[in-house]
Amino acid sequence: MNTLTQTPEPGYTGYVAQEHHHDYAGDSLLGFWIYIMSDCILFATLFATYAVLSTGFAGGLTPKDLFDLEFVAVETALLLFSSFTFGMAMLGAQSKNMTQLLLWLSITFALGGGFLVMECYEFYHFSNEGAGPTTSAYWSAFYGLVGTHGLHVLAGMLWMIVLVVHLLRDGITETNHTRLACLSMFWHFLDVIWICVFSMVYLMGVM
Amino acid sequence: MANKATIVTDPDPIFGKLTWDSIPFYDPIILTTALVVIMVGAGVVGAILYYGKLRYLWEEWLTSVDHKKIGIMYIIAAFIMLIRGFSDALLMRSQQALAVSDSSGVGYLPPEHYDQIFTAHGVIMIFFVAMPLIVGLMNLVVPLQIGARDVAFPFLNSLSFWLFVVGAMLVNASLFIGEFAATGWLAYPPLSGLEYSPWVGVDYWLWALQISGIGTLLSGVNFFVTIIRMRAPGMTLMKMPVFTWTSLCANVLIILAFPILTVTITLLTLDRYLGTNFFTNDLGGNQMMYVNLIWAWGHPEVYILILPAFGIFSEVTATFSRKRLFGYTSFIWATVCIMVLSFIVWLHHFFTMGAGASVNAFFGIATMVISIPTGVKIFNWLFTMYKGRVKFDSPMWWTCSFLITFTIGGMTGVMLAIPAANFVLHNSLFLVAHFHNVIIGGALFGYFAGLTYWFPKATGFKLNETLGKWAAGLWTVGFFLAFMPLYVLGFMGMTRRLNYYDNPTWNTWLLIAGAGALIILIAICVQFYQVFASIRDRKKNLDVTGDPWGGRTLEWATSSPPPFYNFARTPHVMDRDQFQYLKDHDLAFKQPAEYERIHMPKNTWAGIVIAVLSGIMGFAMVWHIWWLAIVSTAAMIVAFIVYNFQRSKDYYVEVEEIERIENSYFEQLNHIENNDLSNDTNEVSKPGHSLSITA
Repeated sequence: MNTLTQTPEPGYTGYVAQEHHHDYAGDSLLGFWIYIMSDCILFATLFATYAVLSTGFAGGLTPKDLFDLEFVAVETALLLFSSFTFGMAMLGAQSKNMTQLLLWLSITFALGGGFLVMECYEFYHFSNEGAGPTTSAYWSAFYGLVGTHGLHVLAGMLWMIVLVVHLLRDGITETNHTRLACLSMFWHFLDVIWICVFSMVYLMGVM
Repeated sequence: MANKATIVTDPDPIFGKLTWDSIPFYDPIILTTALVVIMVGAGVVGAILYYGKLRYLWEEWLTSVDHKKIGIMYIIAAFIMLIRGFSDALLMRSQQALAVSDSSGVGYLPPEHYDQIFTAHGVIMIFFVAMPLIVGLMNLVVPLQIGARDVAFPFLNSLSFWLFVVGAMLVNASLFIGEFAATGWLAYPPLSGLEYSPWVGVDYWLWALQISGIGTLLSGVNFFVTIIRMRAPGMTLMKMPVFTWTSLCANVLIILAFPILTVTITLLTLDRYLGTNFFTNDLGGNQMMYVNLIWAWGHPEVYILILPAFGIFSEVTATFSRKRLFGYTSFIWATVCIMVLSFIVWLHHFFTMGAGASVNAFFGIATMVISIPTGVKIFNWLFTMYKGRVKFDSPMWWTCSFLITFTIGGMTGVMLAIPAANFVLHNSLFLVAHFHNVIIGGALFGYFAGLTYWFPKATGFKLNETLGKWAAGLWTVGFFLAFMPLYVLGFMGMTRRLNYYDNPTWNTWLLIAGAGALIILIAICVQFYQVFASIRDRKKNLDVTGDPWGGRTLEWATSSPPPFYNFARTPHVMDRDQFQYLKDHDLAFKQPAEYERIHMPKNTWAGIVIAVLSGIMGFAMVWHIWWLAIVSTAAMIVAFIVYNFQRSKDYYVEVEEIERIENSYFEQLNHIENNDLSNDTNEVSKPGHSLSITA
């Protein structure tokens, strides 16, 4: 007998005395959190790329020529405020108040939509000014990083629509609550990424 | 091949760049291969239809979310891809044996074809042989070792598998429709950029890797959550079986490394499709950033391959030495150290880039440091065998061969880690010899050991032992003959990836290497025959107890093959070697008094359907068939949403069914117990505990 092993208690059979119910919601939340961590690496790689190419203007337009901080401030405000409204929606979900939940979710959706529209306008404007994704390495990196964030926001909005259909069909069930919690994590995560984009791309871009 | 004439610069709106000229009718080698593949494929499909097995295949395999079946499918797919990858190896060895200026001249493979072959060989062996082998083994074993009934996300598991299959199919499609990348397995720009690789080869590379890479990432998340949250009660982290520990570390590496691959490939895709300037020569692009990024993924990737192999050797060594793994704690910490260190050594793949002496020194030293925890492991295995009652079954043959081979590979790795030496040795055959030394002698031998070891668990019967030992022996001899000459050639100045050379003194060594490759060919044939013969003679090798080797961990505590729910009652873990503990306390092979119904996931169509759509999307993107790419992407999203709204994704297995399955297993067991003493000829059929000794 190995000294590490302890003698089994009387009645020990090698299996559990009572089968327990597995916490599937916990699996989903952890799994989604881990996915977000991997998404974090994805953005980290894009930020690193941006940093490396941050002077690759190839003699063309620089961010200083084009960035309009006031415009970006509004964009930022929309997105940050949408994080707050999502929080309100989650409070609605906690108190099983469907009206509150749907109302705040719609506001969040609208704010996210506003952000995306502004971003699209900005991209369109920059391209027209002569700074498209193919102009220089810097602008490739800019559109790559900011555009990936934008695609994430778009995916989040699509997910929001799907989730609202789920909610209308089944109400605030445990499964739907888990889904909401995952989307909420995702949405706040996009906010955190945007804060980094705002600081590193826009603020440092005009410095 | 990239004949300039076949490159369509003005894509058709319906067919994109795809024309009849895209199919290499002019190349007899490819055409013959294509015909054989089509005939074999038609034969298989015909047989399935003739025997009316389509429904069975769909319901029991293609849509299955059972981790054991998915594991088996991974391994079968890996062996199919091994045939292709190894054929490429034989082509290269024969070309180099022939292509010396004073013999027959230039060999038989034109440069564009040869370049595709060495690229495909590397890509296939790493992504579509080694990765599925190890992910397959993880699927098969990890849930069983931790006493779980499936993985945390069964649908994602199915999706991951089919995404991998689709990636492999894209690589295979490139052989017959168009071309494959001719850039080397990591497709460095600017060579892989549009200017120097204008046709579809690199695009196949991009989409095959992107699709299968996302599958791998999903697997990583899935297994991480499975191991963290689904262990049986009582199994603390430090009571986890070693293979599960090494798998956990490998999955952490997947989660952290694969997003880098995703981004790197995407950026190269943007360069090629939209004309961005991430890695271009002009307009501020930075090619060296690509090399950094791809190796920031690539170096952890080699540890994703080898760490679980280390876990397999530990299980095998402990089982066949009939004692606990020596220094479990040190082994786990060594694994974790390697996991962390694997992220700070990537620059040793390009010391010659010119990062400067200090940077090179840092990465050189970091690389050498990895050999310390790896050395710890070597001693773990050696001291486990020391004073053990070692039984030399074929998994032990692989392990002993590994210990010697891998140690040599590790030492040449330390040599390459010296930046000054690296300036001489880099890009030479010395490097090629080194990484084959660690990947074959380390990872692959580990997978073979694991396959032999867990084969009875998956199928219910053992592999033929004699043939297994022949395979291990031939692989070892073949390996040394094929790769030791490459070390010599590296010192003689031969660079890698040569299609033709004019130094006749190299020829002798290349002929020896070619002979080694032929011996490996025989070894692989023996392996295929081993599987065939074992299936044919399965009645002689049946594993009716579920514990054919005298195993120590939980996967052996259930029948072989396990019921689809794995364990009728959830195990309660007391010890690291839980099953040995049960056997020591006479608690193993005891039927529980009563059962409860079991919650299980239902099969789903969604994994295979979404993956096939992603394959269509990939193919459409390769050939610039934009409408099809848009339609298939939209269809993927719709399929995912439809699956999302599906209501019943799980069900309960009722007690009656569990009793029926379990009773038949325990009846078998009792039957053997009763005949045990009277009929002692068939050692295999005895429950393992009668063979075991306590340490």
